[in-house]
Amino acid sequence: MTEKIVNNFCITFSTINGSGSATANTTILRALFKMGIPVTGKNIFPSNIQGLPTWYSIRLSSKGYRARLEKDDVVIAMNPATLIQEYDYILPGGVLFYPDDIQLPKVRDDITIYPMPVKAIISESDTPAKLRDYVANMIYVGVLAQMIGIDLEKIHDALDFHFKGKKNAVEANYKLVIKAAKWASENLKKKDPYFVEPMDGTSQNILAEGNVAAALGSIFGGVQFVGWYPITPATGLAESLNEYLPQLRKDPVTGKDTYVVIQAEDELAAIGMVVGAGWAGLRSMTSTSGPGLSLMAEYLGLAYYTETPVVVWDVQRVGPSTGLPTRTAQSDLSFANFISHGDKQYIILLPGSVDECFEFGWNAFDIAERYQTPVLVMIDLDLGMNNWMGKPFVYPDKPMDRGKILWEKEFDDFVTKHNGKWGRYWDVDGDGVPYRTLPGNTHPGAAYFSRGTGHDEFAKYSEEPEVWQRMMDRLKFKIDSAADLLPEPLLCGNGIAKIGLITFGSNDPAVDEAQDLLSEKKIETDYMRIRALPIHSDIKKFIESHDRIYVIENNRDSQMWQILTISLPEMASKLKKIAHCDGLPLTARWIENAISQQEGEINE
Amino acid sequence: MSDDKGLVSVQQQVNKVGLTRNDYKGAASTLCKGCGHFSIANQIIAACYEMNILPEQVMKFSGIGCSSKSPTYFLGRSFGFNGLHGRMPSLALGASFANTHLRVIGVSGDGDTASIGFGQFKHLVRRNIPMVYIVENNGVYALTKGQFSATTERGLSLKKQGINQYQPIDICLEALTANASFVARSFAGDPRQLVSLIKAALSHRGIAILDVISPCVTFHNQENSHHSFTWVRENKIPIQDITYIPPEEEIFIENFEEGTTREIDLFDGSTLKLKKVGNDHDPTDKLSAYKLLTKAIDENHVITGLIYINPDQPTLMDIHQLPEDLPLNRLPENRIRPPRESIDKVNKMMF
Repeated sequence: MTEKIVNNFCITFSTINGSGSATANTTILRALFKMGIPVTGKNIFPSNIQGLPTWYSIRLSSKGYRARLEKDDVVIAMNPATLIQEYDYILPGGVLFYPDDIQLPKVRDDITIYPMPVKAIISESDTPAKLRDYVANMIYVGVLAQMIGIDLEKIHDALDFHFKGKKNAVEANYKLVIKAAKWASENLKKKDPYFVEPMDGTSQNILAEGNVAAALGSIFGGVQFVGWYPITPATGLAESLNEYLPQLRKDPVTGKDTYVVIQAEDELAAIGMVVGAGWAGLRSMTSTSGPGLSLMAEYLGLAYYTETPVVVWDVQRVGPSTGLPTRTAQSDLSFANFISHGDKQYIILLPGSVDECFEFGWNAFDIAERYQTPVLVMIDLDLGMNNWMGKPFVYPDKPMDRGKILWEKEFDDFVTKHNGKWGRYWDVDGDGVPYRTLPGNTHPGAAYFSRGTGHDEFAKYSEEPEVWQRMMDRLKFKIDSAADLLPEPLLCGNGIAKIGLITFGSNDPAVDEAQDLLSEKKIETDYMRIRALPIHSDIKKFIESHDRIYVIENNRDSQMWQILTISLPEMASKLKKIAHCDGLPLTARWIENAISQQEGEINE
Repeated sequence: MSDDKGLVSVQQQVNKVGLTRNDYKGAASTLCKGCGHFSIANQIIAACYEMNILPEQVMKFSGIGCSSKSPTYFLGRSFGFNGLHGRMPSLALGASFANTHLRVIGVSGDGDTASIGFGQFKHLVRRNIPMVYIVENNGVYALTKGQFSATTERGLSLKKQGINQYQPIDICLEALTANASFVARSFAGDPRQLVSLIKAALSHRGIAILDVISPCVTFHNQENSHHSFTWVRENKIPIQDITYIPPEEEIFIENFEEGTTREIDLFDGSTLKLKKVGNDHDPTDKLSAYKLLTKAIDENHVITGLIYINPDQPTLMDIHQLPEDLPLNRLPENRIRPPRESIDKVNKMMF
């Protein structure tokens, strides 16, 4: 046997969707996590309910690398239809586990192959016939655990968590795991180098999906109204709100619900409800993906122009059109940045981890209400639906910012101070942000009529050229002024390299690892991760202080590069595109190659 | 807020909440002279004034079109939002949850409701959100200068448009099919009936659909058109004589013949007395309502009055268990942000 490879490899499970493999795969992920090994799990699945190929990859990395790998070390091939593909992805020296009732298409003599008598083990067990297909996956859990050394107790913990302590389900599954592990110990001889060993790499972490983190963050942000419509990959966000709101948001005074969730008839209605609720003073949000965002365009323009706070989560999938509904991309960015007709501008937040999904989840409401404007929070399928290690969620570190709201008393004070006047769009503070009143305010002067048509400071209809221009200039000033008060970009590196990398969102792990790979090739880089738009002044400084900047993103058209180029035209020549979109998360290897290549051309 | 500067009479009457009729007015109208929508705005003003509703306790919503401009012309002291074409229902629904004690009035048109907004209209109705939904139905796109709408009758000829080839949509039938709890039709030229129906709608708990034929005097008032003043006056058949009796006001109405009058108790304690006029329609009988409407289509006339009511149908608000001591939009931070200690519980839930 070659030298042992411990806690640094990739396992891929190839299954048929709808076969219940998700339980088995996440059980292994969680068991490894509980052993202290840094892990990331990625599900590559079809737009289908049952019968098509699905892959689940777990990367183990003692250094804590979390990005996707392009090749597999260990493959558990449960799907005969894709075996031939699996062969191509296994690295030399790798391992293949397969059920012994399927025919191997060919032999590869540079890998270790282990057959698993899945059917035989199941039929020897007392599993009821109708459940056999679902629990069959527990056989590979047991065999794999035995062969690489996963602690069976941790598997039990993971099953217990998955089945929420339902003893019958936990034990029925666990029994098969034990049976399979026992079979492997008696019948398989270890010939491969892959091992797992306990370490202390995860004790400061939690394991979560971005969609769940976003929902929880929103709940701690006091979300009061949710209008949504089902769409992959955003559905999990709204469903998590439905799951956790009843647990966390019973009114401490009356015991009643302090929130409303409505599944709308479509995204046109979802955003309409959310704009209505935001206008009327509720912390209001929706979650969607590209096609839904397209439908929300007109209402978002109205919200921008009427200065209505709303929060919209876009969990991106591959577009245009229906595109690849179950694959990841960052290709909604330029659409979101310019969404709706006419002049407009939006605040966009770009979380890059599950803990940031939580933090931006509550912060988005503060920002929306402070600036009385839509806030779009953009993640993607990879961050939203996959299991990520993250820092434990932190309780909001500041009180809620409800922005400038006048109830009866404040309204009285306001008009006393301003010669008896108040105007919904009257900027008395000079910061571009006027004061708003909310329905139910009983002061006879507090009501106003919101409209998408031209209006003046006092919300009165106006077609006057100078009024239109004045109002639009103030809106621009308002949003521009927010840029440096939004989540600041994060700098990784000592800041003295000549080359800068810029990225955002879920590319963070791949860029982080690519920096190390580039460093091995003597290409030193500094790295800045953008977390909000419009762009912060630190981004300009970062670009200024580097010779050239690679803007790395998961889309075809280099959409962040486009936005940076428009925002900082004087620096455009420094900005280089590193863009790629095939439906999968970026890898460090691809980024390193792409940058090395461009660097090579520069240095030639 | 009054637009009639300097005309306030010293003797002006006030209602029970101390407001004059002027306090219910809105901005000066920019609609065409003689537009049916004027009459509707005036009857909304009359209903709210006479029902002693504080304007601050009302929210107004509309979509896009001539009809949807009209909320500016009534209840100037109420909050309002003029939203997107066909998408007023969702806007109103979201806003309603901010304070479920406010009355909600939505104004839409036949284009806004029966074409672009048909989906939102049907879904609003099926959710039975407490709201008065008035369709100012003139059978034409007026703000774009005279195109056919989905309620235009088949065979109508319009300048530049030719002859309408499609069957019209009947808004009341559609509301019934979507399980509306209150369906009525009226006519802008019959203010007495209209104001009673608006009052009844404001007293109803649930969605109240009021399809009001409201002629467009500029683009669609040919004598033979089914949405003209002349045609509707000649072909409308009121199905009841309607008397609205406010809560706690016991008005004895004489001369109601046994068996021809029906009383319906509304949510806010008011009562509707409906005297049948030449028909046997029972407004709590849905099948009878269908028959009435389809018969009117076959016989080419317009029936007006209260077509269907179910005062007891649960509303959208009944499904949600919201705090009663404060509206949602007044809940302080400590009632909408979970306590600090709950963060540990949440982190444990994550594995």
